[in-house]
Amino acid sequence: MSGGVDSSTVAAMLRAEGHTIVGLTMQLWNQRRLAGHEGMPEQVRGRCCSIDDVYDARRVAETLDIPYYVVNHEQRFEQDVVRPFVEEYLSGRTPVPCSLCNNHLKFDQLLITAQQIGADTLATGHYARIEFNPASERWNLLRGVDRSRDQSYFLFGLTQEQLSRTIFPLGNMVKPEVREKARALGLSPVTSEKPDSQEICFVPGGDYKKFIDAYLAEQGEALPDTAGELVTPSGKVMGEHGGIHHFTVGQRKGLGVATGSPLYVLEIRGNQKQVVVGAGDELHSTTLRARRINLISVAGLEQPMRVTAKIRHRHEPASATAQQTGDDEITMTFDQPQRAITPGQAVVLYDGDNVVGGGWII
Amino acid sequence: MRFARERLLVDSGRQQGGYNRSMRRVYMDNNATSPLLPEALEAMRPYLGERFGNASSIHHHGQQTRAAVERARESVAKLLNCRAAEIVFTSGGTEADNLAVFGMVHGGDHVISSTIEHHAVLNSCHRLEKMGAIVTYVPVDGRGVIDPEDVRRALRPNTRLISIMMANNETGVLQPVESIGGIATEADVYFHTDAVQAAGKCVIDVQKIGCDLLSISGHKMHAPQGTGVLYVRKGTLLDPLFYGGNHERQRRAGTENVPGIVALGKAAEIAVEAFGNGEVARLEALRDRLQQGILNAVDETGVNGEGAPRVPTTTNIHFDHIEGEALIIALDLKGLAVSTGAACSSGALEPSHVLMAMGLASERARASVRFSLGKLNTAEDVDFALSLIPPTVARLRELSPVYKKHLVIGS
Repeated sequence: MSGGVDSSTVAAMLRAEGHTIVGLTMQLWNQRRLAGHEGMPEQVRGRCCSIDDVYDARRVAETLDIPYYVVNHEQRFEQDVVRPFVEEYLSGRTPVPCSLCNNHLKFDQLLITAQQIGADTLATGHYARIEFNPASERWNLLRGVDRSRDQSYFLFGLTQEQLSRTIFPLGNMVKPEVREKARALGLSPVTSEKPDSQEICFVPGGDYKKFIDAYLAEQGEALPDTAGELVTPSGKVMGEHGGIHHFTVGQRKGLGVATGSPLYVLEIRGNQKQVVVGAGDELHSTTLRARRINLISVAGLEQPMRVTAKIRHRHEPASATAQQTGDDEITMTFDQPQRAITPGQAVVLYDGDNVVGGGWII
Repeated sequence: MRFARERLLVDSGRQQGGYNRSMRRVYMDNNATSPLLPEALEAMRPYLGERFGNASSIHHHGQQTRAAVERARESVAKLLNCRAAEIVFTSGGTEADNLAVFGMVHGGDHVISSTIEHHAVLNSCHRLEKMGAIVTYVPVDGRGVIDPEDVRRALRPNTRLISIMMANNETGVLQPVESIGGIATEADVYFHTDAVQAAGKCVIDVQKIGCDLLSISGHKMHAPQGTGVLYVRKGTLLDPLFYGGNHERQRRAGTENVPGIVALGKAAEIAVEAFGNGEVARLEALRDRLQQGILNAVDETGVNGEGAPRVPTTTNIHFDHIEGEALIIALDLKGLAVSTGAACSSGALEPSHVLMAMGLASERARASVRFSLGKLNTAEDVDFALSLIPPTVARLRELSPVYKKHLVIGS
């Protein structure tokens, strides 16, 4: 329970159905930890793990008359989400912390805690669906009915075991229905009308560069010198940059060079500290490779498979062929060139609404 | 909307979903707070009603409340073996600790404290450091005990105050406060001891300890929350925290919490009796049976603070390969209330600074649970706890990836 409308409504729905439920909130990050560091706000309100949100979740649990606990997973979160987030950026990749959190915290540590305290099932407020397919004898993950809020992209790493013990009661609902349900089940307007959260929960204000600076300063670590050259694909030096973690593939603003036509980041060469820039049409590519693969609807990819694929959360799935090209590697070949394929992001494969699986773009 | 909500609460029933109110509940977290004794409640009741009055008023109402406050002061003085005039009533242990620390120390002074103090002292010391004072935190050994010689070695010419607790809240381990008091006297340094977790559990004699300041808290000894005491040895001048009227001999401004103080006085009287009438011995026997029962029934457990002198009501046990937090939740859902150390502001548990200071690996510190008994606990409560703990730990371990890995390596 985050204190937001989605998880609160899930709790209220399950309560109304007569299930025995326990509310859990994960304390993942101390929002005050970096307060006072340069570029960090002193006070953060209405964010994941803020005291206000825990207070809201507790109030919901009181209203529903259910036991409620806050569990501290700060150590795991820092180790498995925050550290990799910082390191990915410093290596020139663009990470997806929400997927890491789902894989390592919500559906791993929290699910274990839930089972340990006697629960059979973990219920969350994610917009996605889980169904058992008797034919394949596999648990399938499907896109949420509310397409604008579908979170299946962030859930591609769930294992069969995790899926079998999880339910997403909002998967068949759209957000207005969820808010209506919250009202109908007697949750207060504080909950039912609470605005959506948007940004990365541990990065206040959404400025990840300032977060990385502040985090490394807090850790007593110097920011590695990743400054280097801006080059064209053919190797012509266009200028200098202050550090590769300031860039992401497809970025146009803030390159610090002026030419007649707009320039985009095409590639970040972490080893050489080079940022490759070029014209917008050079951003498009038809293939990508991904590793650390997790398959959901199928056990293996023995044959090339026709799928649609998302290369970032906000990406219209594009037709492609997926092929196993290594022990733990797939290669995707898109029918049409895709803009800004970004290492560090996940590629998630769909067969209709079904998530086939996914992996991390290299 | 109102209708919908009421219906939900009515429909929910008690047999399924929600809290089971009829479930047996056993409380073994008396170091967090302890239930008000019926005698203390009876003693305070008139002062919540017909015997109201401001103890500073000159009329009848003031006089009767003043008399009640002074009677309570004498009762507390007997508990600590001091004069009534040396007792300052506060809002609790935290205020008493703050009054002792900030009342004595100024920027430029040196202070000696320890790594295992309660946050009321620890965070006050951190604040002192920001104010320009220097604080030395003496360590503890593996049993959680401070070496008085470390305190002696930490002394400096400008040492103003030594603040070392008498009994630790998490482990119950008793510190050698009499030796430290001797060192403080020799060095002519003020000595404060936070005795919040000792009060009512072991004899406190400020003359033997040789302290100048000593804190206790009402609700840790079966008086209400919001009451506390700072013992201030005669002749010890301290700056007040609050400015206002001339209450508590100008050491603590603010109208006295008369009902709370009266109940604290009663609880102090009962605490004194408990040393003579076998009550403390009864609790110690219960604690020992609980502790031994757990160690016998559950593998890979141990007592944190083993071998050290401890208060008779507390035991802190590590259950290796599990998260103490999950065990606490699982036990609470079955009706047994226990805890680990401190909770952070969200209510989640923080890794214990006390157990870490004792040199426990962080995994073991996180696998530790505190059981703290109080006067309302019975032999049946211990039986109940012993019936729940072994199967609950077994379930947690069965589902713990760390434990599975350990078994594989072990075989």
